[in-house]
Amino acid sequence: MKIVMAKPGLDGHDRGAKVIARSLRDGGHEVVYTGLRRTPEEISRIVMDEDANALGLSTLSGAHDVLVPRICELLRETGMGNVMVFLGGIIPDRDHENMFSSGVRAIFGPGSRTDEILSFLDEANSRVESGAPIGVGDEDGWRWN
Amino acid sequence: MNQDSLLKSAANGNRRDLSRLLTHLEKGMKLNLPEDSPSRKSSVMGITGPPGVGKSSLIGRIISYWKSRNQNVAVLAIDPSSPRSGGALLGDRVRMESADSGELVYVRSLSTGGQPGGMSSSLISMIELLSYCGWEKILIETVGSGQSEIKIVAFADKIILVDGPDRGDIIQAEKAGIIELADIIVINKSDLPGAIKAAESIRSSLSFADGKTSPEVVLVSAQRNEGIDELMDLVENCDSPDWRERIKIQERLISLWDSRLLSSPDLNRVISELQTGSISLDDALDDLAR
Repeated sequence: MKIVMAKPGLDGHDRGAKVIARSLRDGGHEVVYTGLRRTPEEISRIVMDEDANALGLSTLSGAHDVLVPRICELLRETGMGNVMVFLGGIIPDRDHENMFSSGVRAIFGPGSRTDEILSFLDEANSRVESGAPIGVGDEDGWRWN
Repeated sequence: MNQDSLLKSAANGNRRDLSRLLTHLEKGMKLNLPEDSPSRKSSVMGITGPPGVGKSSLIGRIISYWKSRNQNVAVLAIDPSSPRSGGALLGDRVRMESADSGELVYVRSLSTGGQPGGMSSSLISMIELLSYCGWEKILIETVGSGQSEIKIVAFADKIILVDGPDRGDIIQAEKAGIIELADIIVINKSDLPGAIKAAESIRSSLSFADGKTSPEVVLVSAQRNEGIDELMDLVENCDSPDWRERIKIQERLISLWDSRLLSSPDLNRVISELQTGSISLDDALDDLAR
């Protein structure tokens, strides 16, 4: 898969995003890392220009409640409803439902194993091959966790 | 959507469809551009040099330069894929601060793996597509760490070789022949000690070149945004020597040849026959080129 790894918002720590980017590469994926402090508009443009299949968002600042739904909405508005979105970082349990209903398909918090993320992407891939929806604009309720 | 309607929409400025078409080309598909179309001529600039000398940062500055003059610019940034996993980590965008900021800039990261017909041939089609879709300035970034960067000559009108102070890598560049093909040599990180010395040693080694016009050597600091205007003046005003055009055509021919060879349906059979020793290399080539 071609995956964009992005850091939305103002937090300045991207060790986690870089570790994930590296391990996805080692899992055979093509990963584009955006760098820190991207706006939702920049992120959706990068996903578009790169023609990515998936978008991984990492956020630690607590602004996920605003940023993640905005990014998902922008992807849908700009004809990228087929892009799959997954999320990592510090996302409190009580916010998970809201994230999933915004269109996120998986959430990986602290302590997640990179091989679990790779399994998630494998399953997403086989869903695509069998024609099952995984995109941020698809109605189907499939989610990883 | 089929290719024709994608192309029509991309030519009308739809980025989403331009991106989709580039993916098709990346996967080795062919695209027939209408021949009666008004020919829009883009200028294609290749930026190459060893890893870590600041190519992406410099490109970030060049994007801003053109953007502030209201010219649109498309960047194809090429990074190697991992030979072990086949995956790739494409991080050039991180250093191009101005890359994500508006309609005038398009940046696409590409990995060297995954093109069934070879990188060069799909790049040539991508450049034609971008040019057809109205991108005036096209920048190609490649890592030059060996002999492969010579291919950049197949698609770039102007070639900029980037190096840093006191790296000694310029000797490598000289070995690979790229130094003779460069239009301009940039010594980046001019704010660091040793930059002036590096520029002078390159100038003096170039002065031994016989007859041929030697490239200009320019000091630039991408980080401090120094020397960019001077560099761009040179880029706009330098004329590439006539013999470059011949090398360009020759390299394009080789790329197409490679691509045909690599995408031949008989390739696997011929390789197996070579492996068992039942045919010679000459036979194999004749067979594939039939």
